[in-house]
Amino acid sequence: MKRLLPLIALLVGMSLIVSACRPRGPETIKIGLNVELTGSIPVVGASCKNAAELAVEEVNNAGGLEVGGRKYKIELLIEDNEDKKESAAAAAQKLNAAGVLVMIGPNASRNAIPAAEVAEANKMPMISPWSTNPKTTLDAATGQPKKYVMRACFIDDFQGVVAAKFAITELKVQKPAVLYAVDSEYNKGIAEIFKKTMEESGVPVVAFESYTTGDKDFSAQLTKIIQAGADSLFLPNYYTEVPLQVQQAHKLGFKGVIFGSDSWGAVELIDLCGADCEGYFFTTHYAPDIATPKAQAFIKAYEAKYGKIPDDVAALTYDAFGLAFQAIQAAGKIDREAVNQALHNIARYEGVTGVMQFKGTGDPVKSAVVLQIKGGKFVYYTTAQP
Amino acid sequence: MQGFIQQVLNALQVGSVYALIALGYTMVYGIIRLINFAHGDIFMVSTYVAFFVGTALASYLLGLSGLLLFVLTLIASMFATSLLAVLIERFAYKPLRYAPRVSAVITALGVGLFLENFTLATIGPDPRFLPRFFTVQTYTVGGVAFSNIQMIIIVVSALVMLVLDTVVRRTMVGMAMRAVSWDKFTAPLMGVPVDRIISITFAIGASIAAVGGCLYGMVYTIDPYMGIRIGWWAFISAVVGGIGNIRGAMLGGYILGFVEIFTPVILPASSYRDFVAFSILLMLLIFRPYGILGRPVAQKV
Repeated sequence: MKRLLPLIALLVGMSLIVSACRPRGPETIKIGLNVELTGSIPVVGASCKNAAELAVEEVNNAGGLEVGGRKYKIELLIEDNEDKKESAAAAAQKLNAAGVLVMIGPNASRNAIPAAEVAEANKMPMISPWSTNPKTTLDAATGQPKKYVMRACFIDDFQGVVAAKFAITELKVQKPAVLYAVDSEYNKGIAEIFKKTMEESGVPVVAFESYTTGDKDFSAQLTKIIQAGADSLFLPNYYTEVPLQVQQAHKLGFKGVIFGSDSWGAVELIDLCGADCEGYFFTTHYAPDIATPKAQAFIKAYEAKYGKIPDDVAALTYDAFGLAFQAIQAAGKIDREAVNQALHNIARYEGVTGVMQFKGTGDPVKSAVVLQIKGGKFVYYTTAQP
Repeated sequence: MQGFIQQVLNALQVGSVYALIALGYTMVYGIIRLINFAHGDIFMVSTYVAFFVGTALASYLLGLSGLLLFVLTLIASMFATSLLAVLIERFAYKPLRYAPRVSAVITALGVGLFLENFTLATIGPDPRFLPRFFTVQTYTVGGVAFSNIQMIIIVVSALVMLVLDTVVRRTMVGMAMRAVSWDKFTAPLMGVPVDRIISITFAIGASIAAVGGCLYGMVYTIDPYMGIRIGWWAFISAVVGGIGNIRGAMLGGYILGFVEIFTPVILPASSYRDFVAFSILLMLLIFRPYGILGRPVAQKV
């Protein structure tokens, strides 16, 4: 090892000289995308990638992003995190090593949390489009907000409260039950906040059952829920599992109302669930049918390119890129530290998913909507303000 | 009490599928002493065959009754899956038949990974349902709910197991299988075509897995990684019942079905399932390594 040291020093020295000789910095701006292309929620990954490519294409077709008087093309580096914690962290390392200016993603909280640790350690700005768990932007050790991590969506605390209030006031539930994935930060976080809010409002949760991601048979837990006399069921779970849970509940004779969270918002939910999910509700980030002009333009462009209406992940990814572009321009130079500072200086951003306000942390303040599944479509039902 | 009966029905449904897959493990082990870790993935492939055949049949032969559609899909899936298993045996395991046993086990793991990733790359990761062969009917008797699909799963599985048990115990092929299992060096001297019997065993194991796959796909979604967890649980079933023993695999499957369902009922959460299942496996390996119905074998030197 001792004999290697001078050699390493020499190599480092040489690379410094070489890089110093290069004229005027890079020609392109690299933006990384850490995304769930394979694994248990592939549709989320596909929507995210589509929206990312659309956002980058729009900027590049307009000649690039103007930073400090020069136009730069955007280069999008896509890494599949396989919807696994370890791979999400590894993908973040890889993007960091590739020298990306900003990393967008991962989407699911279980992947975003480990990736955020890597981003924070390497001082790489990260924006998660869809991760709603508080821990993504919060430093577990100090309880302080992380310095380099932001998101484009609201957090679970807010969504859990909205779902509970909606259930009490609109659905008039008396004996709610919850079934959630215990090994996934997102599902667990939202389930616990829902339970807490319910109990504070004087409505006891009669059954609070859990499962492990990848399980396909929920009959044991659902039987317990039915035996407990539940009149409603809250499923803050991913769209791949919700259809199985709803169908199995029906087969076991459950008659009450079922509702969920933003993880329901993929069209595949309706394909898999069929008539079983008809009439049920979920809280989410945006509703295509009440969109602003900016959102309309995005929906049109997305539909023209991919032949379908963008879901919430697509809309949030597009907003995450919008935030990143605005911050890079405001920073005026290709430098992570400056871009991060600029990201945190954005006080108000009007995105596709509504108006976001940042108040000193990486979490935006924005409204939520409740959608209903009606005739095989997601239909706007009501809006909840923060 | 209603709750208990309901859970027993749930456990029978889950246990049936484990038992069907465990049979494949146990038969292959019985005949060539190989733990075929690719078996869970062969099961996965069978569900994809059923998915494509079922969807194609449903769209080209409109107006076919659900039952006929189901039977045709089942036969196609059984046939294709057996063919796959025989090919795997011929090209991946046969060259290693006299190699150290661990080489074949590692090859089996490799074949499993190949099947998973090949499916992932060609078909994609999205979960799917098989086409609906039957309209779901739910009945409630004395507070216990069950569906026609659930009954089909439990009854068809039991029938298949009964048929298999008869084949192995009462036919010439079954006798030849038992002979090869007993002594694969002496059996050929008695005129038993060992290679063909081994192929037949793989084919039967795979077609039973295909029955399990078709039944499974009617109630659960299918995806390229589905075979991993089910494969492990079926493997534990086979070991618990006594690997190499056919009735043991059936018993083990139902035991694991009850573990799956009753863990969240008795213990606070369903996440204890793997803990309970593997603890049972460990206890058996310590106190009764040949399984519940297996017989101890003296190591031949």
